[in-house]
Amino acid sequence: MNHLDMLEAQSVFILREAYKKLGKLGMLWSIGKDSTVMLWLAKKAFFGHCPFPFIHVDTTYKIPEMIAYRDKTAADLGLDLIVYSNREALAAGLGPASGRLVCCQALKTEALQQMTRQYAFDGLIVGVRRDEEGSRSKERVFSERNAQDQWDYANQPPELWDQFKTDFPKGHHIRVHPLLQWNELDVWRYIERENMPIIDLYFARDGERYRSLGCAPCTGKIASKAATVAEIIVELEKTSVAERAGRAQDQEDSYAMQKLRKAGYM
Amino acid sequence: METSRDILKIVVAGHVDHGKSTVIGRLLYDADALPQGVIDKVRRIAGETGKAFEFAYLLDAFEEEQKQGITIDTTQLQFHTAKRDYVIIDAPGHKEFLKNMISGAADAEAAFLVIDAARGVEEQSKRHAYMLSLLGIKQVCVIVNKMDLAAYAARVYRRISRDMDAFLEPLGLKARAYIPLSALKGDNVLRRSDNLDWYDGHTLIQALDAFVKEGRHGESRLRLPVQDVYKFDDRRIIAGRLEMGRLKEGDAIVIHPGGKKTTVRALAYWLEKDRAAEAGPGQSIGLILEDEFFNRRGEVISHETAPPLTTRSFQASLFWMGQSRLRVGQKYKLKIATQETEAEIGEIIRVIDASTLAAGPGAEGVKLNDVAEVIIKAREAVVLDLFVNCPATGRFVLVDDYNVVGGGIVTGVEAAPEAFRGFVSGDMKVGCDLFEEYYYSVEDQAVNKLPGPGLTYTVGEAVPLAGKSFSYPEFFDIAAFREKMVVKIRAGLTAEVLPLEEYRYGGLPVVDGRGFAFRISSCAQWAACAHDYAAATVADEAALSAKWLDFSAYRTIPFAGGA
Repeated sequence: MNHLDMLEAQSVFILREAYKKLGKLGMLWSIGKDSTVMLWLAKKAFFGHCPFPFIHVDTTYKIPEMIAYRDKTAADLGLDLIVYSNREALAAGLGPASGRLVCCQALKTEALQQMTRQYAFDGLIVGVRRDEEGSRSKERVFSERNAQDQWDYANQPPELWDQFKTDFPKGHHIRVHPLLQWNELDVWRYIERENMPIIDLYFARDGERYRSLGCAPCTGKIASKAATVAEIIVELEKTSVAERAGRAQDQEDSYAMQKLRKAGYM
Repeated sequence: METSRDILKIVVAGHVDHGKSTVIGRLLYDADALPQGVIDKVRRIAGETGKAFEFAYLLDAFEEEQKQGITIDTTQLQFHTAKRDYVIIDAPGHKEFLKNMISGAADAEAAFLVIDAARGVEEQSKRHAYMLSLLGIKQVCVIVNKMDLAAYAARVYRRISRDMDAFLEPLGLKARAYIPLSALKGDNVLRRSDNLDWYDGHTLIQALDAFVKEGRHGESRLRLPVQDVYKFDDRRIIAGRLEMGRLKEGDAIVIHPGGKKTTVRALAYWLEKDRAAEAGPGQSIGLILEDEFFNRRGEVISHETAPPLTTRSFQASLFWMGQSRLRVGQKYKLKIATQETEAEIGEIIRVIDASTLAAGPGAEGVKLNDVAEVIIKAREAVVLDLFVNCPATGRFVLVDDYNVVGGGIVTGVEAAPEAFRGFVSGDMKVGCDLFEEYYYSVEDQAVNKLPGPGLTYTVGEAVPLAGKSFSYPEFFDIAAFREKMVVKIRAGLTAEVLPLEEYRYGGLPVVDGRGFAFRISSCAQWAACAHDYAAATVADEAALSAKWLDFSAYRTIPFAGGA
């Protein structure tokens, strides 16, 4: 087995553990490359089936092409798709102008919390990777969130030999991280190998492209000529710029992501 | 497409403050292996706090870790050299976070153990070394860090090497190398340093590349723990990960526990490109079987040869991570491969202080961070292997109150309550393996034994004198010294079962309970042999066998599947 085979086998193993051991399970699908790879891996794990719903937490500020791609893909694949927005906060006028961390907290973190409770999920599959940023590098594969969706990051239980945390009090839930040990290049090399469909916002037009997808006001493009998956791989093999450099919420504060994620952010 | 490079997982362990995170941070920084954004972020934090640039912050991402200057939880970072790719696992050194160290180290294939040159070998240096040995990590290099604080003195380096060698030896570990360096100054990390000109061994990065990538071993032993059974469409698919061995369409398989036999009809797939007739170790697969038994998660699939063990009781080496002590009689949830059952601690054989190797009795239970040898009794039969034979089915965790509180490896199995095989006469029983088939496995390069039928023979019944790997005469005696019984076979029939003390050697061939002939041809020799066995302890069994037994008189060893 080569490296991608091993990553695929491990992710499939994790998805199957989650499906068997957690009660009500859903997968967060952000339309981006990572969660789209995760969707593909779910199809592999369950032999063409997706035995749980896919959830998009829609801030309503996403890049418009993402929404069009989401709806088309969901229809094409026959996904059971839940689109959830924090209507209350939006009605109260919350948005990027309220401040980035405030906006992320309301439209992403709180929306996710409301959704988790409304659908009573025991497990949420999330496509975070260790190489994305510091607090994610410390994550467990099965990571518990308490009844307030908080992550007790300073006191994580042991996780060894693929014996994941499947015992937890009612009302808590588990964030399942099948892509934890993948890195950005692995994701692209896998997309290339599998000849997987992916949203075209990642491909350069007029000398720029998105490297990471999020909300339109807070997600910047990078200068790039990479217009194909193969060209993106070549570009990433050379870059020394961090993947999330274009994501404004990460740059707000030295520990911004840790604070967001402690409160329940993905 | 470049996907063929090896990837090796390395854990960096050692006592708190000996500089593990700094060693890794320096390595990544010097090797230019970090994105600029990560370095900028650490620079900015240094600027905000008015402190110097800390290499450790490159790994210690949590605010609490940076403020307190210690690693709380394990981190995994990727890195590559010209030779191959690495996952570097930073493990916390503080005793309080040993569970996090174990979580990180359990994933590793090799280890660096960091020791502060100025402070020498300390408690967690030893405890971590012990944990590495328990986790089955055999490749260990010791880094003697902070040589700048020890005036780069060779004598300090030599003393630490001696101290650590002495500790590692009883653990069966030998350090591949001792590398003197200063992570802070960058000596001997990527570049050889003039400050350490008395040292001509590997630099850190050379030592890293010198670790050996070991492939998955034991391809001949098939182990597929069943994860789940799917019926999404008209296919009934058994899902699981091949922990060991290869499996192909048409293979005859056995499902444990229970021993149901069937054949693999096909390997399931979603995409046409993933269609295959064979799968290898590490792959997550789906099986479609010829016979649709009731299958469930936890079962283990093997080939007919080299099956796993099925038992309710086993011996284990265990490390304890629970706040409350592990005690005899306490019940926990046992998770081994995909099996889950309730288990009880049957006995604490001894408790070992992992930092001193001092052994004590288990009467007081096992406290946090200690290691113990225990007997575990499961509520139902579990399928497992000795850890040395198959790690994935030879290690387990114990869960209490929602969390994993202990981890262990299977070191022994008490005699399985298998069906009795042997001779019965009234209330006298003599167990025997006389009619079991031995064979040589070309793949295992070892002699194995197939369990014989669970049959009993009573007086007057015929015994199978010939099999694939044995052929006995029509008249002979079976001496079972351990049970102090003798069985007489006459004209191929079970003639008599009698206590050893009542037996008189009569010139007929005598075999032991496994069918090996005793080298005796006179009453005097018989008496000497019986005396030897009566006086012997178990440890003498090999010597006794060599002195008295002839394997090949009535037995031979055919190749598996042959003959």
